[in-house]
Order: sequence, then C-alpha cells, then structure tokens
Amino acid sequence: MGRPANAFSRSMGNLGQWIDDRLGVSAIWAYVMTGYYAPKNFDFWYFFGSLALLVLVSQLITGIWLAMYFKPDADLAFASVEFIMRDVEWGWLIRYMHSTGASAFFVVVYLHMFRGLLYGSYQKPRELLWVIGMLVFVALMAEAFLGYVLPWGQMSYWGAQVIISLFGAIPWVGDDLALWIRGDYVLSDVTLNRFFALHVAAMPLALIGLIFLHLMALRKVGSNNPDGIEIKELTDAEGIPLDGIPFHPYYTVKDVFGVGVFLLVAAFIVFFAPDLGGQFLEDANFEPADPLNTPDHIKPVWYFTPFYAILRAIPLKAPGVMLMGLSLVMLFLVPWLDRHPVRSMRYRGWVSKLALAAFVVSFIGLGYVGGAAGSSTLTTVARVLTVVYFGYFLGLPFYYKCEKSHPVPERVTKHG
Amino acid sequence: MVRKLVAGVLLALPLVVTASSGGEHLEQANTNINSQASLQRGAQLFSNYCLSCHSASYVRYRRLADDLGLTEAQVLENLAPTTEKIDDMMVVAMLPEDAETWFGVAPPDLTLVARSRGVDWLYTFLKSFYLDDERPTGWNNVLFDNTAMPNPLWQLQGIQAAVFEERAVHASLAGSKLVYAQTEHVLSGLEIIEEGIMTEEEFDQAVNDLVTFLEYIAEPSRIKRESVGIWVLLFLAVFTLFAYFLYKDYWRDVK
Repeated sequence: MGRPANAFSRSMGNLGQWIDDRLGVSAIWAYVMTGYYAPKNFDFWYFFGSLALLVLVSQLITGIWLAMYFKPDADLAFASVEFIMRDVEWGWLIRYMHSTGASAFFVVVYLHMFRGLLYGSYQKPRELLWVIGMLVFVALMAEAFLGYVLPWGQMSYWGAQVIISLFGAIPWVGDDLALWIRGDYVLSDVTLNRFFALHVAAMPLALIGLIFLHLMALRKVGSNNPDGIEIKELTDAEGIPLDGIPFHPYYTVKDVFGVGVFLLVAAFIVFFAPDLGGQFLEDANFEPADPLNTPDHIKPVWYFTPFYAILRAIPLKAPGVMLMGLSLVMLFLVPWLDRHPVRSMRYRGWVSKLALAAFVVSFIGLGYVGGAAGSSTLTTVARVLTVVYFGYFLGLPFYYKCEKSHPVPERVTKHG
Repeated sequence: MVRKLVAGVLLALPLVVTASSGGEHLEQANTNINSQASLQRGAQLFSNYCLSCHSASYVRYRRLADDLGLTEAQVLENLAPTTEKIDDMMVVAMLPEDAETWFGVAPPDLTLVARSRGVDWLYTFLKSFYLDDERPTGWNNVLFDNTAMPNPLWQLQGIQAAVFEERAVHASLAGSKLVYAQTEHVLSGLEIIEEGIMTEEEFDQAVNDLVTFLEYIAEPSRIKRESVGIWVLLFLAVFTLFAYFLYKDYWRDVK
C-alpha cells in the first residue's frame, strides 16, 4: 500500500506498479493527459490537431508496409507500385490509405493553421508554439514532395524536375544546390534512391521530433480557445483553471468522435474515389516516368498549388521563387506582425474579419489558379490574389487601429 | 536571353491556350466492371485486336481467370496468344525496336491507359479512325491527330472517311506565324464508306466492352474495393454514433 493507485497500475496490476516505479509512466500520463487542463469551450476547429496526429500515425504504419514491397529503383519503382496494387494482399488498401493520407494531412493541417489565425492562437505566449508548428508544416511539405516522386510516374518525374529547378533559381549557389539535391546532372535513379532514404527515414524523424516539441510547447503554454481568453488567470484554490477540464477523459473522448467523422470521409475517398477526380492521384502519374516526353500540363498536387500560383505570378524565375519563399516566411512572422490587443476573431472588429476572409479567398483562389493551365487572364488573377495574400500579412500590425473591437468576456462562453 | 524567352512564352500563352482548348468532344462510355459478360467479351477483343502490338504487362492471366469467372484453361486457350503459362503476364511478342521501325513509336503498355486517359477518351478514340492517305499507316484519328496507330477494329467497324466543310475563320496559327484567312478546310464529321462485320450498335457495344476491360485491368482491385468499402463505411457510421453518445455522456457534467 502506501502509494496512491493510478490508471496505469490499476489496469496493469502489480506488474504495472513495478514498471511505473521504474519508468514513471503514470506521472507522464498525468502531466500530458489527466493533469493537463484545457479550456472547456473548444469548438469544431479544435478537432484538427488530434486528427493530424492520427494521420501521422496512419502514414507511418502504411508507409512501413509500403516500404516492404516498394523498390527505389528507376527501372523497378513504377512496376513495384503496380505489384503492390495487384499482387500484394490488401496492398491496394495500404497504398490508397497512404496516398489519401498525404492529402488528408494537408487538409487537416490547413484547417489547423486556419484555426490559429481565427482565434489568435499564435499571440504571446504561444509564438514559439506557432513557429514550431510552421516548421512541422515545412517539413511536411518536404516529406510530401519526396514521397510524390517515389512512384516514378510522369508527374512524379516532371513535378520533381520543376521543383528541383526552383532551387536552381537561388542566386550564386542555385545550380550547385540543385546538383547536390539531385545527386546527378539530371533527375535519375540516384535521385530516386536518395529521395526514398529521405522520405522513409530522415523526414519522418524530423517530423516526429518537431511534433514532439510542438506538443511540449503546447503543454507548457496551454491551449488557446475560441474566446481567446487566458484560462490560467482565473483558478480555484488548488490552482486549477475555473474554465479548464482535464484533457483526458473529456477531450480524448470528444476527439474519438471527431476521429469517427474524419474516418467516414477518409474511408469514402479511399474506397470509392481514391484518385478524387485526379486531385489526390493525378491521371498523368499512371504513366511511367519518361525523361524524353514532357506532359502537356505539369502541375504540383493540390496542396502545393497556392504557393505554385504565387511563383508563377512573377514572370521571372528567381524573383518568383523568392516571392514564394516569402509567402511562407510571412506565416512564420504572424506572431510578431499581429499587434491586435484582442486575440479571437469573435471579438475583433469587421476590418480584421474582412481581412481574414480575403486571405482565405486568396489562398483558395491561388490554389485553383496554381492547378489550372496557365493563361493571361489567370496570370492576372494570380497577381491580384498574390497582392491580397501578402496584403493580409502586411496589414496585421494595423487592423486594430481601424476598427472598434467588442468587449472580451471574463470567462469563456459556450456556443452551441 | 532568359528574359526574352520568358516574355515570349508569356505572350504565346493565350494562343497556346486557345489552340489547346479547341474542345475535345468525348463520347460517353457506359462501362460496368461488375459485368463479367462484358469483361469477358472485352477480354476477347483485347486479346484478338490489341495484344499483338500492345502489352498489358502488369496483368497476370491467373487474375483474369479469377475475376472474369473463367477457368485457367479457358483463359489460356482464348486469351493468351501462344504458349503462355497461367502465371505469366500479358506481354507481347513484338520487340520494342521492331515496333519503333514499323510504327515510328513503340505501342504503349495498356495496363493503366484507362486511368491516364479515361474511359470516355478511349471509347471516343477507338471510334474516331478515318482514312488518310497522308499518314504512313493510311489511318488518322479525329481525337488523336496524326496518331501512329492504325485502326485495329476496321473489319468490325467498316472504313470511315472524313467529311470536310468550309468554315469561316479569322486567324489561325501556322508554325510561329499568324495567318489571316477567310475560310478554312475543316473536318466536320466521319462517314462509313465501306460496311464492316458489325452494325453501328454492335460496334458501339463491342468498343464499350473493350473499354470496360481496359478499365478493369487498370485497377483490378476496384471490384473488391467498392464491395469492402460499403461495410467499412457502415462500421464507421455505427462506431461514430457510439462515440457520439459516449462523448455526450462524459460531457454531461461540463457546464
């Protein structure tokens, strides 16, 4: 006796107690789950963090199984994917889960990031949490790009050709950098082999490390909430936030419900529309890579198209690449650009709301333009939307001066 | 130099777009990969008319037996060209080098063509061959201009010839020059000039069967995928419902 029972030793009995005495599992569990008080007013937008974690795990597991059959060889890669699709038991399911998972990852992460912009979740003291999250996003883009090359279809090959050439546009070091990335003077077997190594080992490790830091930073500063109120400022005698509830079981059980809804949508795509009309798996990628035959319309997968549209909005390559880089840098800088005294969009004035709406429209619009075949009209549209995109960020320091905010309540509110 | 090139490309873009959006009109195929009868007929057509030049090298004969409801003997006898074994792939005897000499380009593998081109494109393509003396094979195609492929199904369909009409145009692009003209000789349709073995309806049905088979070999797992998928969705729906009630139950005391 003596020691208080905990969930771990209760369920595992004496063995659990023995392990806990030597590993401190229950203390860690309490720190991140039962003892982590989250605001009780999370809304729809708060499902996407845990969903991103779910997709990560799914990608890791399906990825391991794919790697058991995939051959990172320019002569064999394409055929090995078809072998997985046809001759490996349930291989098609694993492959579709992985390809759908890649797109689902971006859907979930974009909505997760939008939540941050909506409720000011990047404001002090959550600047580093946001920046680490942005690093996760960039790592995810790299991981997705590397993975997209592996099936060695036409779009894998030519998409990679275009994206690697972007590095070549960097002044002074560009050509050497592109050469270093390819490992060859042209995109070749060498490139495919190293992309495989990066995709299955280097980037997943980086992602897991960054996501760990993201969660640790979250545990330290605590979740923001739709009202943008700091719940730690109002606590009871024991120091527990009045508006906080333990993450476990309240949010774990709520997130299980979110997982169910998410899986319904994901499973529908996996089983009934795995290429989603050429968006998740592109038509041209069902032809093996052919270095002598350029496809009519090279475009990146949908999740890269907003940034690709910004690149194409500039007729010159080097400045276009720089502007595209800057569009990501802007996101990193949001915690310092935004000077609004009110955190959540709920209590900000109409200027802030309009600016965020314009930003969303520009991002979706750029995504559409970036995926369409180029035309002069669309280039003009891309330029206008690029101005709106950057305008949103450049306006962040000033919106509060042009609007009257609503009073922020003392305690969190319950909406629906 | 680069700047000029980029500027040139940008200037030419509207022209290229107008040229390429010339409107591919595709006829709708009406495929059903769950119809074994249609798949069997399509497989027979594929074996008779396609497999002498085009491979389907990711397709294993044994899989055809399983999915098309045929015995191994039936598959080998009717669908395999010569001495193939049941675990062989649908490859073609013609050497790629020979093919290139004969057609100018090696005939592509057709395993995935239904996924890269789409069934409607294939359906329209196979019906759009016409006689053209200027082509080395004597054949051209409305959908795929100057295709290297001769019409494989002409005995079934009959021979089609192009019908031209004079159409007023304002400007057209010839090489890198803009040419202004009053009228243009435009292909406006096809007509049968020599009857084939099949009537038009029979031929449409045959092409549809062939395209159905191509759709099937592009993704043989699709049949299973969709039948399993329904059960997965049903399970998830029940799971989500229980998860919802569990969530509501836990949250009763959160005010």
